[in-house]
Amino acid sequence: MKSDQLLFKNRRPGETTFLKGYLETGGYEGLKKAFTMDPAQVREIVKASRLRGRGGAGFPTGMKWSFFPADKPGEKYLVCNADEMEPGTYKDRELLLADPHQLVEGMIISAYALQAPTGYIFIRYAYERCARNLERAIIEAREAGFLGKNIRGSGFSCELFVHRSAGRYICGEETALLNALEGRRANPRSKPPFPAVRGLFDKPTTVNNVETLASIQHIITGGAAWFKDLAATVEGAGTKLYGLSGHLEKTECHELPIGVPLRTLVEEFGGGVWKGRRFKACLPGGASTPYLTAEHLDVSMDFEPLEKVGSRLGTAGVTVFDDTTCMVEATLNLNRFFARESCGWCTPCRDGLPFVNWILEKIERGDGVMEDIDMLRDQLRNITGTTFCALAQGAVGPIESLLRLFEEEVVDHIKRGRCPFNP
Amino acid sequence: MDQLLTEDQLDHFRTLAAEIPHPRELVVDVLRAIQNNHGWVPDEGVELAGTILGLSPLQVEEVATFFDKIYRRPVGRRVIHVCDSICCWSRGGEEVARLLQEKLGIGLGETTEDGIFTLLPTCCLGACGEAPAMMIGLTTYGHLTSDRIDLVLERERREAP
Repeated sequence: MKSDQLLFKNRRPGETTFLKGYLETGGYEGLKKAFTMDPAQVREIVKASRLRGRGGAGFPTGMKWSFFPADKPGEKYLVCNADEMEPGTYKDRELLLADPHQLVEGMIISAYALQAPTGYIFIRYAYERCARNLERAIIEAREAGFLGKNIRGSGFSCELFVHRSAGRYICGEETALLNALEGRRANPRSKPPFPAVRGLFDKPTTVNNVETLASIQHIITGGAAWFKDLAATVEGAGTKLYGLSGHLEKTECHELPIGVPLRTLVEEFGGGVWKGRRFKACLPGGASTPYLTAEHLDVSMDFEPLEKVGSRLGTAGVTVFDDTTCMVEATLNLNRFFARESCGWCTPCRDGLPFVNWILEKIERGDGVMEDIDMLRDQLRNITGTTFCALAQGAVGPIESLLRLFEEEVVDHIKRGRCPFNP
Repeated sequence: MDQLLTEDQLDHFRTLAAEIPHPRELVVDVLRAIQNNHGWVPDEGVELAGTILGLSPLQVEEVATFFDKIYRRPVGRRVIHVCDSICCWSRGGEEVARLLQEKLGIGLGETTEDGIFTLLPTCCLGACGEAPAMMIGLTTYGHLTSDRIDLVLERERREAP
């Protein structure tokens, strides 16, 4: 299967493409075209493209932008969320290692469309090379006249800043990110007010993911209809970066039409399950997305089809588990992550997730009783919908699907009094 | 004690703090600069950051203690963050953590006697395609095997300040 390469068109192993190479493959043509239009026209094209946010939640980008008071004067901010920290997700890193101008061009066009003269790229601690690539790309863009004062005679001026963070998954939550960017403790904020009304420094702010923003120039260049038609599903739009990991022969990141079948990712691009073993389960879009099993292999990897089978596209980082994997242990690993990364603000998350850990540990070491399963379900109810942000909700995904798809395996642990995979 | 910030850095941060409307946004930058010079952030570093940015020590402290990559206690000259999240776990991450402890003769959260290495677990490093992985300083190392760990530790030991 071959696919149009937009985001990864300049990707070569071990290399980074900077301005010269970027311009050779049509770089900044989208920006030039966008600056011949009104900001409102640019927003209309993005809306018509039906692009959905690539950071995990899948909110339609055009709709998010429509909440933003672009036409009102005053300070406004565009923030790029490059705090990619959902286990199993490494697509933004791959993009920024390969071609940082993709993000810079997308951000300048987006800033113009939103009339937000200041842009921040909030980037995680572990992505130092990406941060350096971005800083160089920003300097190059400014020298080439794509960034700075009065861009292309439009009267619109824009500056971009790279903010390096210092860890913690919660910073990827948009309101926690804004607190972190302001130099405050990164607890999420209560919504409303939404960032579009009161965001960074209390001013209107839009927060978009790296891949989302990097898609914008391609939409402007190719048009909304062309972008929409790139998808493999009727309702989908565009290409998607799929990061493969776990028990596959090949664990690489690929740009493919959104809606490609899961089976194609696993068998063709992943080279099949490693060591000649069988496919048992996968997380289709990061640590917070409910498991899928072999019966779901023909699902289209797009937002709606995955919701129909009880999961989510999330970040489209696919982590595969072979048939020797203990799903209780895998779920315990995932839950430990969420429990440790909880910011501690809301009680159901701060106290509920460690309690779930305690129960799962008990079952895994063989001390579980049947009532523990009820207790797990009880905890899921307590945690669901009772917190400021979606972290706890995400943590529930794997546990809920463990009980839904692998209840027999959980019961087996309890009946045998030991983990059946660890004799 | 090493200098927390050089004269140039002090000048840079003071000038910037005076120029921008919200100097508080620099707090992680200042803390990271102090840590880069001193290895970790002592109480004096928290106070210094507060003085530069017009914040109370508590306002700095609540940020400093939130981030796992800001060290508020002494660490070795090289901090190893070994990933324990799901992708690395699925490809031998636990064995990597065990090997590191064995080779260094320390447990998680401890520092070697020669003061070179501190070993800490970390969440996903975004190197899921290269699992199992670890980060030392700001460098990510993937595809870890026992032999590769030896090579990396040897190199980092040689280059440690």
